[in-house]
Amino acid sequence: MSASTERGREPAIRVQGIEKSYKELHVLRGVDFEVAPGSIFALLGSNGAGKTTVVKILSTLLRADAGAASVHGFDVATQPANVRESISLTGQFAAVDEILTGRENLILVARLRHLEDPGQIADDLLARFSLTDAGGRKAATYSGGMRRRLDIAMSLIGDPPIIFLDEPTTGLDPQARIEVWDAVKKLAQSGTTVLLTTQYLDEAEQLADRIAILHEGRIIVNGTLAELKALLPPAKVEYIEKQPTLEDVFFAVVGSDGAAGRAGDKTSNPVGTDA
Amino acid sequence: MTKHFFSDSTVLLGRSLRHISRSPDTIITTAVTPIALMLMFVYVFGGAIETGTDDYVNYLLPGILLITIGSGIAYTAYRLFLDLQGGIFERFQSMPIARSSVLWAHVLTSLVANMISIVLVVLVALLMGFRSGAGVLDWLAVTGILIVFTLALTWIAVIAGLSAKTVDGASAFSYPIIFLPFVSSAFVPTDTMPGPVQWFAENQPVTSIVNTIRDLLAQQPVGADIWIALGWCVGILVIAYVFAMAAYRRKIA
Repeated sequence: MSASTERGREPAIRVQGIEKSYKELHVLRGVDFEVAPGSIFALLGSNGAGKTTVVKILSTLLRADAGAASVHGFDVATQPANVRESISLTGQFAAVDEILTGRENLILVARLRHLEDPGQIADDLLARFSLTDAGGRKAATYSGGMRRRLDIAMSLIGDPPIIFLDEPTTGLDPQARIEVWDAVKKLAQSGTTVLLTTQYLDEAEQLADRIAILHEGRIIVNGTLAELKALLPPAKVEYIEKQPTLEDVFFAVVGSDGAAGRAGDKTSNPVGTDA
Repeated sequence: MTKHFFSDSTVLLGRSLRHISRSPDTIITTAVTPIALMLMFVYVFGGAIETGTDDYVNYLLPGILLITIGSGIAYTAYRLFLDLQGGIFERFQSMPIARSSVLWAHVLTSLVANMISIVLVVLVALLMGFRSGAGVLDWLAVTGILIVFTLALTWIAVIAGLSAKTVDGASAFSYPIIFLPFVSSAFVPTDTMPGPVQWFAENQPVTSIVNTIRDLLAQQPVGADIWIALGWCVGILVIAYVFAMAAYRRKIA
């Protein structure tokens, strides 16, 4: 890793003029963006905007029709093996093995990454994601939030410098969502570069250092939250009664806040899985 | 990236075998239908079928073994389809592993699961009076043919698992394969069948494979049948492998 200092300065992800069509459907029409190392970059767009296609191209699961992309300094088309060494993909659906236990899922990935002492790695991650008690249970019995946490834990094995999170909170309840947000924030604190796709504006606002909006196959806006807000008409001062949001109400009634949401094992179990 | 092919395949094989050991019903259901067929044909129809042999179960067993494999491979397609649908296939493909080991693990698992089912069916046949004086070499030859047959059908299952759109679609391909032994020498001799049916029965793969296994177990000379049987198995294996790899490359782009 003699080139690591040099890599520190160049973007972790660089996408230039990427195009992709599925038969007649022109999904990506020239996508450009860069992601700085150690930052959280949110790709925002509605359903079908092509977010997942971008992630699949960057994680070497799909080939672009035109354009170039590099991840951790490696070209995705010509050096896919090096790219795979540098990334982890957390796909749109929590890709855990339901028949294995949580601990076995982690050991499986650690062994596939040829790491020493997979058992220890698994136990450390179970503790870090508050899954120690559930570690011996089949993943099929997990709640949505627990599955996502296990999924993200599996992606951290081997400390890849870049992580792709494709719609990590789609389909989760509000508490599970906050658990995942916490996990992502901790990732970025430890220096991992995160490319996140989402259709939720508040998620991008909560997590991202930079936000790009993907619309009709192109990036139409790319900037920090402050820069994006500056694009709108200047703020006006109005006096309005501040109604609680439904989210405020939910947490007030359930008696839980973001911090307590970490103990989601107790609160977000689906009915019937409590032994 | 091929330097890890064997270790990655072993890890993923261990994963799939754990699936089987945790849902042994997949092995049981694979064996139940052939066993039920065997019971029905031996104890219900058997008395009325003229095969020219003393013991109908001896006559029947080879065809039943092929039906067992035909229904067993449906689970291979099913497991592969679930991996694709659940996203774990993509997780593996985006990791620094020997990518083809994902497929090979499923293929080897299919082999192990089918051999366990075969042993179950043979044990039941023994209880029903199946006897063979075949020696070790004959049994090795029978095992070899069954392994090549399983591999050939498994690669067909891989095509189905990779290209299916629904769970039902992933396993539907096995129905014609299970049906094929009925129009062969597996249950009755072919010479009582009407002309065109007889022609089909005598020239489709199952008959030559069934005849070979039957002759080996009865210690009869196998003649040219064994080469026709191996020709079919290896031919299907190669063609199915080529199409499976094409389907696989479409998946991983």
